[in-house]
Amino acid sequence: MSHWRRQPLQLVILGLGLALATALWSAVQAINAEARASYSQASEQLAAGTGAVIDRPGSDIAVETYARMRRAGWDVAPVLQGRIAVAGRQLTVVGIDVLTHPAAAVILGDTADLSESVTGEGRLFARPDLQTALATTPGLPPIVSNPAIPPGEVWTDLSVAERLLNRAGRLSHVLVLQSDHEALEPESFASGLRLRPEGSQDTAQLTRSFHLNLTAFGFLAFGVGLFIVHGAIGLAFEQRRTLFRTLRALGVPLQKLVLVLSFELLGLAVFAGAAGLVLGHVLAAALLPDVAATLRGLYGAPVEGALGFRWHWAVAGLSMAVGGAVVAGASALVKLRHLPILAGSTVSVWAEVGRVGIRRQAMGGVFLAALGALVFVVADGLVAGFALLAGLLLGAALCLPLCLAGVLKLGQVVARGPVAQWVWADARAQLPGLSLALMALMLALATNVGVSTMVSSFRLTFTGWLDQRLAAEIYVTARDDTQGAEITSWLAPRVQAVLPIRSATDQLNGQSATIFGIIDHQTYRLNWPLLDAVPDVWARVAKGQGVLINEQMALRQDVSLDDILPFAGQSLPVVGVYSDYGNPRPQAIVGMDLLLSLYGDVPNYRFAIRIPAQEVDALRAAIAERFDLPPGGVRANTEVKQFSKAVFENTFVVTGALNALTLGVAGFAILTSLLTLWTGRLPQIAPVWSMGLTRKTIAMVELVRSLLLAAFTALVAVPVGLGLAWVLLNVINVEAFGWRLPMFLFPADWAILAGLALFAAALAAGWPSWRMARVTPAELLKVFANDR
Amino acid sequence: MLKIDTVTKSYGNAAQKHEVLRGVCVELAAGETLALTGESGSGKSTLLHLAAALDGFDSGEIVLNGIAYSGLDDRGRARLRRETLALVFQQFSLVPSLTVAENILFHARLAGRPDPSWAAEVTERLGLAALAQRWPEALSGGQQQRVAIARALAARPQLLLADEPTGNLDEDTGTRVLDLMLDLVRETGAALWLVTHSDAVARRVGRRVHLSSGVLS
Ligand SMILES: Nc1ncnc2c1ncn2[C@@H]1O[C@H](COP(=O)(O)OP(=O)(O)OP(=O)(O)O)[C@@H](O)[C@H]1O
Ligand SMILES: [Mg+2]
Repeated sequence: MSHWRRQPLQLVILGLGLALATALWSAVQAINAEARASYSQASEQLAAGTGAVIDRPGSDIAVETYARMRRAGWDVAPVLQGRIAVAGRQLTVVGIDVLTHPAAAVILGDTADLSESVTGEGRLFARPDLQTALATTPGLPPIVSNPAIPPGEVWTDLSVAERLLNRAGRLSHVLVLQSDHEALEPESFASGLRLRPEGSQDTAQLTRSFHLNLTAFGFLAFGVGLFIVHGAIGLAFEQRRTLFRTLRALGVPLQKLVLVLSFELLGLAVFAGAAGLVLGHVLAAALLPDVAATLRGLYGAPVEGALGFRWHWAVAGLSMAVGGAVVAGASALVKLRHLPILAGSTVSVWAEVGRVGIRRQAMGGVFLAALGALVFVVADGLVAGFALLAGLLLGAALCLPLCLAGVLKLGQVVARGPVAQWVWADARAQLPGLSLALMALMLALATNVGVSTMVSSFRLTFTGWLDQRLAAEIYVTARDDTQGAEITSWLAPRVQAVLPIRSATDQLNGQSATIFGIIDHQTYRLNWPLLDAVPDVWARVAKGQGVLINEQMALRQDVSLDDILPFAGQSLPVVGVYSDYGNPRPQAIVGMDLLLSLYGDVPNYRFAIRIPAQEVDALRAAIAERFDLPPGGVRANTEVKQFSKAVFENTFVVTGALNALTLGVAGFAILTSLLTLWTGRLPQIAPVWSMGLTRKTIAMVELVRSLLLAAFTALVAVPVGLGLAWVLLNVINVEAFGWRLPMFLFPADWAILAGLALFAAALAAGWPSWRMARVTPAELLKVFANDR
Repeated sequence: MLKIDTVTKSYGNAAQKHEVLRGVCVELAAGETLALTGESGSGKSTLLHLAAALDGFDSGEIVLNGIAYSGLDDRGRARLRRETLALVFQQFSLVPSLTVAENILFHARLAGRPDPSWAAEVTERLGLAALAQRWPEALSGGQQQRVAIARALAARPQLLLADEPTGNLDEDTGTRVLDLMLDLVRETGAALWLVTHSDAVARRVGRRVHLSSGVLS
């Protein structure tokens, strides 16, 4: 149809709307798919054992110990795993025994010559991209490309790993291959050995919430995109109304018209969807490195920073686009069906419908919000939390038009001059046509307020917590207990205090937990981030009469102050709960004497050192010179803090980017709505113009009206956003991470956001209002002519 | 008070020019009523729009109360429309977002001389009192027309320009509304220039000019 040739802009808007919506949605999906694929690759293909490993927390295992296990008939395979820095990047080296390791065949692939891999300088195996990156690095054995290797890892024979890691005769852990491993007692071979189920399952579990978050964001973006498409399609139909009417009057059957239009829409959807996929791919590729860093930092989940292309992703994205266009176009087609062949006043029809619709919408909104709350009360867990969120957001969005109508009515009553009164009344009349776009804006703003409040609250809490938690000036990690003892005695006369960091792993209430022992020292009393504690908490911990637990454990296992916690054959009351951000697992703290009496001689090679701040650098240098420590063995707390903060910031880069995008999309939705309204606009302003308002004044009024609506929308969005933040902090976070965060308010941020919203609205309204200022009298006079 | 002097107006571009008015001259004194007749498409509405300072003309001059239109900018024209003139169009001239009552007072308020009791009287006499709280979209064409007349009269203009104000009404109602309008115009002392197709209507109005081939006779 020649319509699009005359209105290329509309075609662009429609296409852009669909493309943007598809892009945001598919980008999120691509990221999710990539991350999930990475996990499953890491866990399924390579951890092909029975799901149990033997390791020695804080230390490694001698090859002889492994040999004795073999001699005792255990079905086990040795692994030496460690990190090295090569060519400026951190690599995980995994050394395996190609004869016993269950995944050896996968690793070796079609490298026919086995001997070549194990003799001489050996071979390294890595993903193709890593292989390319490392190919020219001197000092490494030849690298064989194998896509089965997890990202960031090089696999090789044990002997090669020993050489690369400089750890001859040592193993990091031993894989247990027999299925009846529950009965095995590794302690009988060497002290400190333990058998634990392999945690690969955890990754998917832990990161589920993160992906749920992303998916929710993707849906939001897609929804907002649909608003645009809806607006654009509505606009296109509105403008072709007369044509349709003529065609119908000329005897073109309705079915045929609908069919032709449906095909046209479908073609457009496919085309725009494809463009959106390309855009989404680019977007995802840009965001993925940050997501990868987040997942690695927060959960230790291996995700590569590069994006692959998946067919089912493309198909899913495209069907979303087509489906979206169908949903958005359906209402327009239905309207077409009911289009009377004889002319009627376009404006009045939907103005009447609008007034009733607004009230019905608000009722639906209240219902949805109530439903969300109900689900939350009845069920719990992450999904219930998201139901609450969805109810809150959708409910608020649906109630928005009624709220705005009320405010505008009030404004009209209060308004003094006739022009002001008209502006308010006119804004109210425009509401039904603009409400979708305003809802989109409200959603975008509320999510922005909510998410940024959450992030800022988290940041504030987290930074404060880091300062408390990392109260000691220097943290030392020795190679082993012997070196640890040497360092301790060397340090003793030189520093204010040496605080050993020693821990054991045990089951607490059926969950694997780390139990730390602390000595009685001022540092803890003054700094430890206790959320809740009995009055004489530190004295009781020191005397071995109580245990501190982290917040995650308290919330997940529903343990609170003074509850009795049974472990290692003892029962101790909980005397305090402390915050422990960034750690997904349960943790507990007892007095050092108690730890040692319960778990024997746990490793003792990590320390925190207290010294005056100005001596930090000198002491670090001295320790590094005196002792042969592993890389990163001495770290000042500033470094650790910096690292933690970097991980933290990374975590929210993606959220920030998506936030900005949704806001942009909402602005776009306003533009399309205004353009749609433009068609019916002239009959509304021509009378006012004829009574003596200049076109310039009317154009200003157009602008002011949009700003007014955006401002009120922003006003509604702030409380909704705070509600969202509250749910995120107190429900979603607790379910997903196990910690509850205090909420801090940042009114300055809201002001900036509101400013942004007004700016977006001004941009969107700028063009229609510029058009208004330049409309010719002849166009306006046509309104009063007989034939319409 | 209104003087139109050899005004020409054409539509279209240079290649396809359509000259609608070719040197129209007419004068209207204060308080005078004048009928404008002519065939459909002869340019009656066009002429009225020019007199109302809604559109620009090609040559000639229009002067109202000593103010020449050609010297006015957009704001000047708007001011003239607001304060001195009032218009009744063939149709679709109400502000859709305001109620009937608000519409009727709107022009008067814009002109800076709102007079609620006069507006109420006009409303009453035009039989619109019962419709005051309705929205324009809920009115019939004839009712809308009466509201437009009420609005124009409530503003107490010096010159009222009406383009087939009774075109939408049946013969009887049309006559009644026109009579009312003539009465009310007389009471406010306004001049009236009225476009009509009907000879009967034209006869009731004091003077009459006929537009054909772009000139008045
Ligand atoms: N905006 C325009 N562009 C081009 N031509 C126009 C425009 N407006 C009016 N015309 C033409 O100018 C001529 C006069 O139109 P006008 O509306 O003034 O006639 P009219 O005498 O009021 O007719 P009617 O009695 O049907 O209302 C017509 O031939 C019309 O086609
Ligand atoms: Mg006409």
